Amino acid sequence: MEDSAAKPTHAFRIETAGGISRAGAVGVLLLALALLPVFAGRNLIQDLIFLFYMLALAQCWNLLAGYAGLISVGQQAFVGLGGYLLFALTLLGGLDPLLAILLAGLVSGLFALPTALIVFRLRGAYFAIGTWVVAEVYRLVFAQFKPLGGGTGTSLGPSVTSAVPGIEWVKTLLDIRTPAARDIISYWMALALMAGTLALVYLVLRSRRGLALGAIRDNEAAAAGLGIDIYRVKLAIYVATAAMTGAIGALVYLQKARISPDAAFSVLDWTAYVIFIVVIGGIGTIEGPVIGAIVFYLMQRYLADFGSWYLILLGMLGIAVMLFAPKGLWGLVAERYGLTLFPTRRRLVIRQRDSDRGV
Amino acid sequence: MTAWLDVLIQGVMLGGLYALFAAGLSLMFGVMRLVNLAHGDLIVLAAFAILVIAGKLGLDPFVAVSVAIPILFIIGFALQRVLLNRTLGGDLLSPLLVTFGLSIIIQNGLLEIFSADSQRLRSGAIETASIPLGGGIAVGVVPLLTLISAVAVILFLNLIFYRSPIGRAFRATSDDLEVAQLMGIDINRTFATAMGLAFVVVTIAALYLGLRANFDPTIGPARLLYAFEAVIIGGLGSFWGTLAGGIVLGLAQTIGARIDPEWQILAGHLAFLVVLAIRPRGLFPRAQD
Amino acid sequence: MPLLETRNLTAFYGDFQALYGIDTTLDRSETIAIIGANGAGKSTFLKAIAGLIRGQADSVLLDGIPIGSRRAADIVRLGVALVPEGRRLFPSLTVEENLLIGGHGRKVPGAWTLDRVYSLFPVLKERRLSATPTLSGGQQQMAAIGRALMSNPRVLLCDEISLGLAPIVIADIYAALPQIKAEGASVVLVEQDIVQAMKVADRIYCFQEGRLSLAGRPKDLTRDQIHHAYFGS
Repeated sequence: MEDSAAKPTHAFRIETAGGISRAGAVGVLLLALALLPVFAGRNLIQDLIFLFYMLALAQCWNLLAGYAGLISVGQQAFVGLGGYLLFALTLLGGLDPLLAILLAGLVSGLFALPTALIVFRLRGAYFAIGTWVVAEVYRLVFAQFKPLGGGTGTSLGPSVTSAVPGIEWVKTLLDIRTPAARDIISYWMALALMAGTLALVYLVLRSRRGLALGAIRDNEAAAAGLGIDIYRVKLAIYVATAAMTGAIGALVYLQKARISPDAAFSVLDWTAYVIFIVVIGGIGTIEGPVIGAIVFYLMQRYLADFGSWYLILLGMLGIAVMLFAPKGLWGLVAERYGLTLFPTRRRLVIRQRDSDRGV
Repeated sequence: MTAWLDVLIQGVMLGGLYALFAAGLSLMFGVMRLVNLAHGDLIVLAAFAILVIAGKLGLDPFVAVSVAIPILFIIGFALQRVLLNRTLGGDLLSPLLVTFGLSIIIQNGLLEIFSADSQRLRSGAIETASIPLGGGIAVGVVPLLTLISAVAVILFLNLIFYRSPIGRAFRATSDDLEVAQLMGIDINRTFATAMGLAFVVVTIAALYLGLRANFDPTIGPARLLYAFEAVIIGGLGSFWGTLAGGIVLGLAQTIGARIDPEWQILAGHLAFLVVLAIRPRGLFPRAQD
Repeated sequence: MPLLETRNLTAFYGDFQALYGIDTTLDRSETIAIIGANGAGKSTFLKAIAGLIRGQADSVLLDGIPIGSRRAADIVRLGVALVPEGRRLFPSLTVEENLLIGGHGRKVPGAWTLDRVYSLFPVLKERRLSATPTLSGGQQQMAAIGRALMSNPRVLLCDEISLGLAPIVIADIYAALPQIKAEGASVVLVEQDIVQAMKVADRIYCFQEGRLSLAGRPKDLTRDQIHHAYFGS
């Protein structure tokens, strides 16, 4: 019996680029960002909070759409849900706000399960609109919920906002007043959420699940043929992003301290802007949304005063990028210079047999 | 008893309006597999067009709409030819996001030009006219006309689709894009024509939207959702199904409103979700899809 | 001048090269057959001529006119019709509508009208209002051929018209070929069935892994030659 026919002729291993140096660089960057409040003014802190949570939302949407192929225009459902859960848990339940953020995320994930069961019956563009309908249902239901203000919404009193742990410590450390200290705690939470979201997305994509996702994205029929349970993978991604989005929504509304159904479930704020960030930056990559968030933040900072014209510009820019540079700004740069900041692609490295090398 | 009969009638009438909203969407998807997120905003755009034409030319909206129709046909044709054709044929992200961007542009463009003020199409006495049916129930003339128009539009669309050369081309293109080209069908032109036709339907829908209620630049997305729900409830691939879907939605909303006026829209959404949960392919799906 | 000519025709699917420089000719009123194993590039060859795959302008010449970079819809208008592999009738159209749409792009007066197609394939007239998925394989193939004929093509490209059909049905379909030729079409047949191909073709080309491995008249080619050209062993 010939054994050699069964053995592979070359040994091989799978490589993902990475390494200590990259982890170190990321660690330094995070540390620098964490220490920023010591030097930065309140305006910058608030701007960065906005940037961090928009980036986190963009990473979530990107994971959903760019990798799992689930294009949702209804993620505002979970932002609003997270926000309302925070208000409910703190105002009505008396919970510690930080704990409430975590719980809001978890519960949002739970809500995503029955939502997915219904919405997954639709495919493609119909799925997208279906998610929008669901978000509208959430909005209308919360608008009926009188204990949290119904259609006009409600505010978090100082009893809750001052209950955020760490405020006193920051106040004494940096010798500032309560509102500024609150912002700094929010900043750290936003930084943590953003870093956590990025880390989670990165780990998912490097894992076996990630490989499955890439396969689904590239060719769903082929992936199914390989035995990948498409439905389960998509469901897992949908629930995970819903949980993350819910936690982010909770943080956003803790910081804003005021919620209303129209704001919490706004398509513009939580879907249109998020999609814009991902598209401009580059869909399907981790680096893309980072670029996109920075660009969006700058545009929002300097152009938002132009009101409708600003939004028309955003729309046109989005369309132009979609048609002429579908890989976004990061795509243009990366293709030119062959860069990756967050390596998730796998390379097959084949070792030569000793005999081939003439040893 | 008569109260519920009234609800039934009102629901069916409202369904006619939703069927008109949905017919354009159904056509776009049927021929081009395009789900246009700007659909609702296009209806609003058409309503403003009728408003402007009626105002500038001193016409009644029913006359203004016949001026608006050819103009909007051309706009639709051009939009598809120049912009939307570029998005089709690849993945589904492109048409989805481009039409989403379009939605934002249209809404804000209208806001800039017309401000956020509520508008209405005025047609004089007909707006409040109604036909008594006995027993204290009456049917508004405008809602009745809406339903009749919806049926007429769907008859017309079926006629085009199933009894005309262009309709053959529509169906062939929808079946198999590659082989349709082998028949000498100019895909770009065919899609553009379909879009132009969809815009005509949208304009008729806009007439009744504007007559029936106030409109402003921001109400587009809600109409998209109703149109979409009507299509899904009815089932993909059938214009009559879309009419049925519209009527089911109209009934659901009207019944919900009867229970509590604040529940109207929610009732419609819930009916949609229920149909989706128990009959995902809709009530009257065509075999192929 | 040949009616149809390919010169150094190449074709790619993404990065994958399917055809490596194919030179063929088709004269007026000729019938040529393309044979070869699966994956040899035969269908790709027809698609390239029909315009579904586009390449260099002068890689395909119709009556001397370069058409290699033209779109499929334009090529139909010039008089080249393809009967696609697997028939690919339109399921939303009835049999008659499928035939009618065949004449959509090219409206030149010619022998092939609806009635003439029905007289060629009488079963189609019986089933004219049927939905095409309800037809048998052989009937579908007849409908697909009829559909292509409705454009009164100068060149008829047939991709594996015997595929999946019983021998008696294949014989029926091939029985129609002489009438098609008689009305003036020149035919390019891609065929798995070598025997059938040898019977009807004036000349044969054999493809092997994207390259021409043999060309000649059926009566001049030996079995061994064909075997070698087909399998390459």
